[in-house]
Amino acid sequence: MSRGRSNLGKWLTSGPPLLYLLVFFAAPTLIMVLASFRTPGEFGGLAPLRNDDGSLDLTLENYVRFATEPLYWQIFVKSFWYALVTTFACLVLAYPLATLIARSDRRWRDLLLLLVILPFWSNFLIRIYAWMIILGPNAALARTVNGVLGAFGIAPVPLLFSAFAVLVCLVYVHLPFMVLPLYANLEKHDRTLLDAAQDLGANAWARFWRITFPLSLPGVYAGAALVFIPAFGIFAIPDILGGPDDSLIGNVIKQQFLDSRDWPFGSVLSIVLTLLALGLAGFAAWIGKRGVARLASGDA
Amino acid sequence: MALLEIVDVTRRFGDFTAVDHVTLGIEGGEFFTLLGPSGCGKTTLLRMIAGFDLPDTGRIVLDGRDLADQPPEARPLRTVFQSYALFPHMTVQGNVAFPLKMAKTPAAEAARKIDEALADVRLAGFNHRFPHELSGGQRQRVAIARALVTHPTVLLLDEPLAALDAKLREQMQIELINLQKEIGITFVYVTHDQTEALALSHRIAVMNHGRVEQLDEPDRLYGLPKTRFVADFIGTCNLLVGPVRECRDGQVTIDVADLGAVTVAASATPAHGAEGAVAVRPEKVRLGAPGAALAGENRFAGVVESFLYQGDVTLYNVRAERGHLVEALLANSGAGLAKFFEVGDRVEMAFAANAGHHLEG
Repeated sequence: MSRGRSNLGKWLTSGPPLLYLLVFFAAPTLIMVLASFRTPGEFGGLAPLRNDDGSLDLTLENYVRFATEPLYWQIFVKSFWYALVTTFACLVLAYPLATLIARSDRRWRDLLLLLVILPFWSNFLIRIYAWMIILGPNAALARTVNGVLGAFGIAPVPLLFSAFAVLVCLVYVHLPFMVLPLYANLEKHDRTLLDAAQDLGANAWARFWRITFPLSLPGVYAGAALVFIPAFGIFAIPDILGGPDDSLIGNVIKQQFLDSRDWPFGSVLSIVLTLLALGLAGFAAWIGKRGVARLASGDA
Repeated sequence: MALLEIVDVTRRFGDFTAVDHVTLGIEGGEFFTLLGPSGCGKTTLLRMIAGFDLPDTGRIVLDGRDLADQPPEARPLRTVFQSYALFPHMTVQGNVAFPLKMAKTPAAEAARKIDEALADVRLAGFNHRFPHELSGGQRQRVAIARALVTHPTVLLLDEPLAALDAKLREQMQIELINLQKEIGITFVYVTHDQTEALALSHRIAVMNHGRVEQLDEPDRLYGLPKTRFVADFIGTCNLLVGPVRECRDGQVTIDVADLGAVTVAASATPAHGAEGAVAVRPEKVRLGAPGAALAGENRFAGVVESFLYQGDVTLYNVRAERGHLVEALLANSGAGLAKFFEVGDRVEMAFAANAGHHLEG
C-alpha cells in the first residue's frame, strides 16, 4: 500500500516535467529526424509522405547533399571557431571575476552576483541592438580607435558588422553562464588546501595551476558547455552585428527553414549541429579526465 | 644556540594581543609542545613560525637565519594541519610527491623518497588510493608523510590528533613518539589537550593570554607548577590559598582559612603576610579511618561528602572540619574488590610537605 503510494507520489512530481520534455523536446526532435529523410515540398515545407503509387517517399538525398557540398562543412568549422574563441574568452574573463566574488565578504557577494545576472533583466535582442550603438561608426569607441589608427597613418576600420562585433557580443551575452557555475564551484574550495600547498613549497602560480584550477574543473566544464553549445548554434548576433562573411551555421539553418523553405535540409543541418555539440562535449570531458588522472598520481 | 629561536615576538589583532612578548628556544631533535586553552595564542605563534602570519615585533630565527623575509613556501619547515588538508584530487602518491615536485626533485630520487616516507608512516602500498578512500588515521599519516618527505628541519603540528577518536588518538600518540625518535626531526606540536602534551613532549610551553606561563619538562610541569593557571590547567589539583605565616628551610606555611595551617615545599621565599597559594594533587592526599597513623605533616579530619568510582581509582570529595572541600584520589590497587569509605564516614586525611608545592603566581 505504502509502496504504491510512494510510487504515485513519484509519478505526480516527476510526471509533469517528464511529459513536458516528451511533448516539447523528444517529439520535435523525432519529427526533425523524420523530416531529414523526406523531400522538400514544391512551395516549402514537406512533400507528401506517400508517392502517387503509394510507396513511402524517404530519401538520403539531403545527407548526400550535405556531405558533398563543402560550403556547409566550412560554415560548421567557422561556427566551431567562433564558439571556441567565445568559450575561451569567457573562461579567461570569468575566472578572475568568479574568484573575486567567491572570496569577497558575504555582504558583497550577493550584490556582485546580482550584478552578474542583471543583464538578464533586459531583453536579449535589445542588448544586441545596444551593441550596434556602442560599436557604431559615430560612437565614441569607433572615433577613438580610428583616431589612434589615423595618427599612425592607418585607414579607419569599421567596428560594426564585423567578426569583432560578433565575438564581442557573443562573449558579452554568454559571460554570466560561465561566471555562475565557476562561482558555485570556487565558493566551496577549502582555503586550507592553498595554505598547505604553500607550506609544501608551491608559489602562487603552482597553487593555482595544481590546486585551484584542477579542483574547479567541474565548474569549468559546466560553464564551457553552457557557453559553447548555445554559441555554436547562435543566429541572432551574427544576423544583427555581423558582416556578410560572418554567417554562422545558425544563420544557415534559419535560412533553410524560413527563406529557402527547405525543411529537410534544414533538419539535416540541425541534426549534425546537435551531434557535433554532443561529440565535442564528450571529447572535452575525456581529455579533461586524462589530465586529471595524470595530475592525481603526481606524474604531471 | 637553539635551532629555532623565538625572540620577543608580539602579534596584535586590533585591541587583542594574541601573542605577547614570547621568547622561546627550541632545540634540534626536540619534541616541543605549545599547550594552552583556545585563544591563548599557540596557533597564532605556530602560524608565524610557518610564515602564514608575521610578528608585529620580535624575530623568528631558524638555524641562525631570520625568517622574516621568507614566505611560507621558502621556509625549510612543514606543517601538518588539523584538517590534514590533503589534496582531494590527488592520490596518496600525488600528495606525497607534491613537495618533491615543487622542489624539482629528479623522478627516480622522488620515487624512492615517496616509498620511504610512506613506509615511515606504515602506509607502504597505499600509493594509488585517494584521500576519500582512507580512514581518519590513514589520512593523518599521509599528511605526516607528505610533510616529512623532503626532510624538513622542523615539523609543525597543529592539533593533528583532534579529529580522531580516543582509541585511535592514543595509538597515534605512540606512533608519533616513535616516528619522532626514529627520524630525529624537531617537532613543534600545538594542542589544548594536557594529557596529550604530557605524553608526547620533551618540553612543554604552557601559554595563557598570549604569554608563556611556564616552560618545563612534563614531569616538572605537573609536579612543580609555577602558577595557579598551570597547576589548574594541567591535571586537577587542590588549590589552597591564604596568608604566609612562616617561611624557612625551603618550606612555607600558610593559613588556609577553611582548612588550617598547611606547610609545603617552596623554591622561593615569599614575604610574611603575603598571599600564598599551594597546589596539592589529589593523588598525593592520603585517606584513613580516624586514628589511623597516616604519614604526612599536614593532617586534617573530615567527612566523605561524595565519591566517584572509576575502576582503577576512586575520587573522594572530603569536607574538612572547617569547611574546605578536598579532593583525594585513591588507587584501587589492593587485591580483590575495591573497598570504599562511604558517604558520611569520618576520615583522616594527610599529605606530606613535599607532596604540595608553593605557587609563585
